[in-house]
Amino acid sequence: MNKRISRWTGVALASVMALWTSAAMADDIRFMCAADGNECAVLQSLFDRYEKANPGTHVVTDVVGYKAILENLPVQLAGGTGPDMALVTDFGGLSKYFLDLTPYVDADYWNTNFGNTLRWSRTGPADKGIYGMNIQLTITGAYINKTLFEQAGITVPGEKATWDEWADAARKVAKATGVPFPMAMDRSGHRIAGPAISNGAKIFDDAGNPILVDAPFADFMGKFVEWNKDGTMAKDVWAGIGGTSYQDAAQEFINAQLVFYYSGSWQVQRLDKAIGDSFDWEVVGSPCGPGGCSGMPGGSGLVGFKQTKNPEAVAKLINYIAQKDNYAEFISKTRNVPAHEGVAKEDLTYSDTSPNVAKALKGWNAQIAKLSPIAYAYQGYKNNRTMFNITVQRVTQAIVGEMSINEAMEKAKQDVAAAIQSAGK
Amino acid sequence: MTALVNAIMNIIEIPMRFAQKRLGLRRIAWVFLLPNLVLFGIFAFLPVVLNVIYSLTGTDQVMLSDRTFVGVDNFTTLATCANHLDPNTCTQDLFWRAIYNSLWFVTLQVGFMVGLSLVTAIILNGKIRARGFFRSVFFFPVLLSPVVVALIWKWILQREGLLNAGMDAFGLTPFNWLLDRNWAFIWSIFLSIWAHMGFYTLILLAGLQAIPRDVYDAALMDAAAPFRMFRRITLPLLMPTMIVVLLLALIKGVQTFDEVYAFTGGGPGSATTFIIQYIYETGFAGTPRLFGLAAAASILLAVVLIGLTLIQLSVTRNKVDG
Repeated sequence: MNKRISRWTGVALASVMALWTSAAMADDIRFMCAADGNECAVLQSLFDRYEKANPGTHVVTDVVGYKAILENLPVQLAGGTGPDMALVTDFGGLSKYFLDLTPYVDADYWNTNFGNTLRWSRTGPADKGIYGMNIQLTITGAYINKTLFEQAGITVPGEKATWDEWADAARKVAKATGVPFPMAMDRSGHRIAGPAISNGAKIFDDAGNPILVDAPFADFMGKFVEWNKDGTMAKDVWAGIGGTSYQDAAQEFINAQLVFYYSGSWQVQRLDKAIGDSFDWEVVGSPCGPGGCSGMPGGSGLVGFKQTKNPEAVAKLINYIAQKDNYAEFISKTRNVPAHEGVAKEDLTYSDTSPNVAKALKGWNAQIAKLSPIAYAYQGYKNNRTMFNITVQRVTQAIVGEMSINEAMEKAKQDVAAAIQSAGK
Repeated sequence: MTALVNAIMNIIEIPMRFAQKRLGLRRIAWVFLLPNLVLFGIFAFLPVVLNVIYSLTGTDQVMLSDRTFVGVDNFTTLATCANHLDPNTCTQDLFWRAIYNSLWFVTLQVGFMVGLSLVTAIILNGKIRARGFFRSVFFFPVLLSPVVVALIWKWILQREGLLNAGMDAFGLTPFNWLLDRNWAFIWSIFLSIWAHMGFYTLILLAGLQAIPRDVYDAALMDAAAPFRMFRRITLPLLMPTMIVVLLLALIKGVQTFDEVYAFTGGGPGSATTFIIQYIYETGFAGTPRLFGLAAAASILLAVVLIGLTLIQLSVTRNKVDG
């Protein structure tokens, strides 16, 4: 007995010593991650491989809820207690904390392959730093329940169909099939920005200052409010909650209660898994208007923070993920749209995907070319989240009748001016 | 064991004797209070001071060193309105909506809740069958977490919830209760009353049981009617307890946040947004994070709560003295 105890004590002591020694030697990297799908797990598997090749580096992944990335991470970073790196979506808001990877990476490789999205992480036009990469490119746009269209005997509107034409078709399908909701859009300022830009909204003035509200923007918002009031849009999604909280309508679409669902490319896995072969669905992208047929780009990015004690280790790890083969493997396993231009040019094969998913991803890839430069600029603007939230707040107030759409737009203008003054242009 | 305690006490006694000798009998009390004062200072007093400082500063920076002094600008921003009765004309219209919502909520919720609690307490104080069971039933919701309360009622009231299913079964047209501003507000009041009524009923029940039985016996001998006994005996003797209940309910009502936030998220629109939610969203959930504005609003709220607490203390003291 005593022998056993002493043997176990010895093993435990040796383990503690080994752990202590390795901990003291390792470049510990704390990584905060939140994702819709398996992104955190796939990243961890790539990190594990990197650790084997670089025994000095040890990555600790903290998987958290998306709300923690939005609300807790900024406070942690401001207080100097943030992680070494994280998967973030609010590039503009957090850009002041990002670690510049330029001294540690091949800048030409990065500029060639991530040129379109690198600027999202920069603090302004004069900033040429490399602060991380988009591990995925997401695009907002619509899905339709194709089975409902077939059941209703209504032709699916064509590629150039406008929002009005889609609304008309969706209403007819809903009426013919008894489905409660013709259309729905996620409750998000990011989601509604694409349709506004397609309607001709400029978001910025000629000098590049944010204005948010102009005539085409107000026009689309007015239309959207009316659609919520007359039942074309599922009112539950925007009016069913207060503040600026996010709300999606995926469950209504999955339950076949919705004809046309405006969301984004990140829903593909979820829809495929939940719908299975219950009905046919497909990606139709963004309806058109005078400003084009644009959705909004987006996605999450892997970034390091300058408060890290191991800047070189963090930069090398991010650079490892950014290498073409590793990036392609990540995209293939997570079934995302690549932001790496070299990977995007190749005919990427997605592992273990159903024909539905493969078709949907192909559909989303085709939408990239339709994205407006204004949409890219808006996504890259550092205070865009403020403007998204203002849009949600004011448009919802107009939907529920707290103020008219004109009052809501006037308030939105004032809010933008005040917020930009508080946060700095 | 006793020897061990004595030994410890002897060890402690040495520095205490020394301190008492040096500081004197009166000042030694502060030594005993010191641990508690330090904790109070760090966790209660310091945050209040920081809150006041934040309310006088601007920008969205967290660290005080990065913030700029703006004087009373945050208070002015909150107060600026063309017409205070129309929130749409205010610079911070959501603040004023939250104020009006809170005022309506507190008035209706407290009024109905105290009234219902009184009726329930009187019934439960009578000789009814299964009295213990009913007392437990009314108290049970108090034990539930606010989020659980909110989710229960959300499941009942949502579009495809229990209530609409019931209405549908009886041939009535289902209604989207939480999408209508007025109904969402009314259900928020109902939910809050349901969740807290048991607590106030219990206090009033204790107050009723403290009224001496012989007063009622004397009234019965004088052939007093039940309502007259209620008006002349029960109500006056219960009044001190009633006032305490009223003030506690008022303070709790002004602080309402968690259950309504989980229930409606403050919506539809801002129909059920109360002052605490405004402070939370302005300071922490919104972008940019306007800590100064949130701190200023919380100071205004604190003034109201301090006023209500002083009234409560005064009433409680009068009750004890009387």
